[in-house]
Amino acid sequence: MEKINPRDMYGETLVKLGEKNPNIVVLDADLAKSTKTYKFGKRFPERFFDMGIAEANMISVAAGLASCGKTAFASTFAVFVPGKVYDQIRMSVAYSNMNVKMFSTHAGVSVGKDGASHQMLEDIALMRVMPNMKVFAPSDPFQTGRIVELMAENYGPMYARVGREAMYPIYEKNELEDMTIGRSITLKEGEDATIMAHGMMVREALIAHDTLKKQGVNAEVIDMWTIKPFDAEAVLKSAKKTGRIVTVEEHSIIGGIGSAVAELLSEKKVNVAFKRMGVNDTFGESGDPSDLLKKYHLTSSDIVENVKKLM
Amino acid sequence: MQNHAHDKELIKKLNLKAVRVRKQIIEMLYHAKSGHPGGSLSATDAIVALYFHHMRHNPKNPGDPDRDRFILSKGHAAPALYAVLAESGYFSKKELLTLRQVGSILQGHPANTRTPGVEVSTGSLGQGLSFGIGVALAGKLDKKNYNVYVLIGDGESEEGQVWEAAASASHHKLDNLTALLDRNMLQIDGCTEDIVGLESTKERWAAFGWNIIEIDGHDIKQILDALHEADSYKGKPTMIIMRTVKGRGVSFMENNVDFHGVAPNEEEYKQAMKELDETEKKLMED
Repeated sequence: MEKINPRDMYGETLVKLGEKNPNIVVLDADLAKSTKTYKFGKRFPERFFDMGIAEANMISVAAGLASCGKTAFASTFAVFVPGKVYDQIRMSVAYSNMNVKMFSTHAGVSVGKDGASHQMLEDIALMRVMPNMKVFAPSDPFQTGRIVELMAENYGPMYARVGREAMYPIYEKNELEDMTIGRSITLKEGEDATIMAHGMMVREALIAHDTLKKQGVNAEVIDMWTIKPFDAEAVLKSAKKTGRIVTVEEHSIIGGIGSAVAELLSEKKVNVAFKRMGVNDTFGESGDPSDLLKKYHLTSSDIVENVKKLM
Repeated sequence: MQNHAHDKELIKKLNLKAVRVRKQIIEMLYHAKSGHPGGSLSATDAIVALYFHHMRHNPKNPGDPDRDRFILSKGHAAPALYAVLAESGYFSKKELLTLRQVGSILQGHPANTRTPGVEVSTGSLGQGLSFGIGVALAGKLDKKNYNVYVLIGDGESEEGQVWEAAASASHHKLDNLTALLDRNMLQIDGCTEDIVGLESTKERWAAFGWNIIEIDGHDIKQILDALHEADSYKGKPTMIIMRTVKGRGVSFMENNVDFHGVAPNEEEYKQAMKELDETEKKLMED
């Protein structure tokens, strides 16, 4: 199948939802062409607000709209939301428990040539610690669409992030209807080790699975798209089954799913061989996305290597 | 639109409400042994005028979609808002003395998830005006005719987000939005003019495309007239610059920066209540 950009899927899903639900409003901060919210703006100009390069204002305005019964989607790059506006999210959205849906794009080093200033690697950590907040990271275009639907259908503050790059579909369009907030998706069953990933890294995990299989290692692969609420049950079950866990994410190794899994397993006294993969407490840099993913050890062969080290 | 006949009786009634709210503020802060008297007392008259005369609101139905909205962006003036909400009937006056205690519906700063009648949580400065823009945009979108009133502090206006909001509100021609500036000239570290300097306030807001009204923020008639004018002004949001006195109504708190965020001790409490009782008595005799 061909690659599809999750940002296009986001914009198109917003339009679809907008047709059904007149209370959906969309805000952007001068990046509508990149986040693809312009698609909604073209179809529903009266319900689309380009707030300009003023992200703090955008988030509090979204909260005000939400307080009047609107489902307010707010989008920009992940470096700006949540990066620039932590306090606005904390006060106007999370503490006030407003129905604001932050959907950010251009997360991770795969942003590429724009460099570290535009490569958000801390957003999941920032949003995970926020009370009242739900956090999602889709692994393919169709799942992106489904997550946007779930964000619109369920009340409360939520954050989702995608990268800049187009993604290969992992799922069939129709197999995601039962997707539920808080429930991860086990893509491959295995007994020898578990690879837990979100976002772009899920596909790398699947490729790693196939390589490992040829080498006689049966790896389980779990798509941890719902980062908060976290699927503790699935993690514990798989940990007890395989005894070896590799987490992989295009995010700092601090505060992402690697941390979430470590917190859970240590508290539940589940003893496993364990490796967190992610960007190791550093900023990114300019370069081609594929070169950067290699440099920061976020490829399928890095996953294979790390799984084998645990065997 | 409310009745605009500001007869003597109405002004007297609101002045009495204001002095009683001030007494309640002192009472609450004395019991809580912490909180912000200065900015609560300077903002009292505007909040009283809004809730006890100008705004359409229903304490029995705080979520009424047609209600006018008041947003206390300078959240540290919460005691003034709480006293007014209780007096309006949003919750029992008994709650007032639980301010700042564990389990209370009255947090140190406004929290909409805890307190009936509070629109949004504030306390970290600079966000209320943006929130008000969202409410005003929703009003336009839904063709509702409610008005949105946001009270901001002068020190608060040092926050950059206030100016993002200033530009945004006029861009969207939000004539259903009115900001009230509590221009009491003081912030925690001293006089605003010694810290950042806001003297060109009027010119700044005008340059950002706002309709400007300047008043004495302790003159109830001027407040009511300004609110009326703000509601009728079309095509622009209105900024009511209220010249106020921090600590207004209690002699030793007036213009005294030390009472920004310190509650009165027993002696100060007695003295403050004595002064406010005298003011109340005088008003009743008038």
